[in-house]
Amino acid sequence: MFRPKTRYVALPSPRAGVGEEVDRLTCPKCDTSLEPARLNAALGVCYRCGYHFRLRAPERIAMLVEPGSFKEEDEAITAKDVLGFKDSQPYTKRIEQSRASTGANEAVTWGEATLAGHPIVIVCLDFAFMGGSMGAATGEKITNGIERAEQSRRPLLIISASGGARMQEGMLSLMQMAKTAAALGRLGAAGIPYISLLTDPTMGGVTASFASLADVILAEPGAMIGFAGARVIQQATYETLPEGFQTAEFLWQHGMIDLVVPRPELPAVIRQLLDLYTRDGFHSDFELKGQARAAAQAAAPTRP
Amino acid sequence: MTENGSLAAATWEQVELARHPDRPYALDYIHALFSNFFELHGDRLYGDDHAIIGGPAAFDQRTVMVIAQQKGRTTAERAMRNFGMANPEGYRKALRLIRQAERFQFPIIAFVDTSGAFPGAGAEERGIAWAIAENLVALARARVPIVTLVLGEGGSGGALGIGVGDRLLMMEHSIYSVAMPEACASILWRDIARKVEAADALKLTAADLKRLGLADEIVPEPAGGAQNDYGVAADAAGAALKRHLGELETLDADRLVEQRYQRYRSIGAS
Repeated sequence: MFRPKTRYVALPSPRAGVGEEVDRLTCPKCDTSLEPARLNAALGVCYRCGYHFRLRAPERIAMLVEPGSFKEEDEAITAKDVLGFKDSQPYTKRIEQSRASTGANEAVTWGEATLAGHPIVIVCLDFAFMGGSMGAATGEKITNGIERAEQSRRPLLIISASGGARMQEGMLSLMQMAKTAAALGRLGAAGIPYISLLTDPTMGGVTASFASLADVILAEPGAMIGFAGARVIQQATYETLPEGFQTAEFLWQHGMIDLVVPRPELPAVIRQLLDLYTRDGFHSDFELKGQARAAAQAAAPTRP
Repeated sequence: MTENGSLAAATWEQVELARHPDRPYALDYIHALFSNFFELHGDRLYGDDHAIIGGPAAFDQRTVMVIAQQKGRTTAERAMRNFGMANPEGYRKALRLIRQAERFQFPIIAFVDTSGAFPGAGAEERGIAWAIAENLVALARARVPIVTLVLGEGGSGGALGIGVGDRLLMMEHSIYSVAMPEACASILWRDIARKVEAADALKLTAADLKRLGLADEIVPEPAGGAQNDYGVAADAAGAALKRHLGELETLDADRLVEQRYQRYRSIGAS
């Protein structure tokens, strides 16, 4: 059966056409053949079983913020091969490939935007760019975003999707964990709220740094979230891992996250949090434009 | 019946009212008093304890941090909430919320309603006493106003673990005690049957605590008890919370914390 290698969907976005274009997609969970238009209208949530497909950063941002409000920063910053790293192919070549296939210069996109009337800083990782891994440039952009939130006193929203630290940048990559955490320490001290949204997958050094250091942590249903991967744990310890290990729901049960939120509900939930965590929240009579909700409702699930 | 006997019976009536199964619980007050309550979950260490709930909520044009003990209404909910008896995870989640309240300058409203912290082996292994103790310090030093309202049962250290604050309010038919009467009778006389006597000796009613200078205000309940009219009980609670928060918010943080220190420092001082 035809099954695309990647599990991304392309939603209507300012960069439509960047995402993988396929005529039909097969849900990796329920094996249903899905119509792309209907899947897109459902925000990349399988309309049969609720499986959440991975989203590209531009689509993710477009789904959450008010149309036209996103102003991207640091677009030109891109990875450098400081170590001259080479595995099966040179790191420089990997960077080139990722840039070509994603149309982005790094695994993270950030900028200022407005969400339901609230000015915010939004930072979004993109798994399609080298597995969303955090290299020096990635960490730099994330830290710039955190610092902007502090300087402009805007609430911060970071959406994670990452395999962890970027091996090809060695210790420079590892230190991005310390850098982003230090910046978040300042943001917290300044009393600026930070909401972290964990999406499939969020692993390794990203989970062990900025992704888990938020005031409120949300996650999408079924997202794989953890530190060491299940295969690594099994190889190291021969342990049998419990059912649902490292899923968003597993983490909720173990007290690590605040809420598992289905994708169509994200704009409303984040808006509610921004209302509560910002001083002027209650007086806002802003009507949620709800591009996401409306789209989801238009594609109301029907079961075959 | 002797005069002492009838007084003891009257005290026991208060204990039973405080534990009345139809009495409004924390979530009943939360839904009546606040708009936009957003429940936060998890202690970021081990689990999420459903016996203690909390999160930011909108109250009278500001965000407050609500921390509450929640008993269950149905059999399933009682089991899920462990009958309102929290494990260490509940206190550690509360600590997380206290820190967050400080970070964002949200006043804290704590609703106490528990027969006590959970007496279980797991709770001991995970340091229930340490968890409670740490909260006492955190609440004593938190640089935001804190108003505590005892809804039903205030049971021992398990209640105090979210109950230190600038004001202690008690619903008219609530109780607050160093130990539940049954536990006290068992400790002192090794006889649970003497719970009525113990309840009277402990001086645990709202009126007792007011007389002892420990409670600041008794919030009136509808005739016969809060279970007869949730709305009336919640309105009275809301008005009292609003008034006390308003007073406390006029103080700067240094003064607030100093006053809170003196409040506890003076209890039992000769």
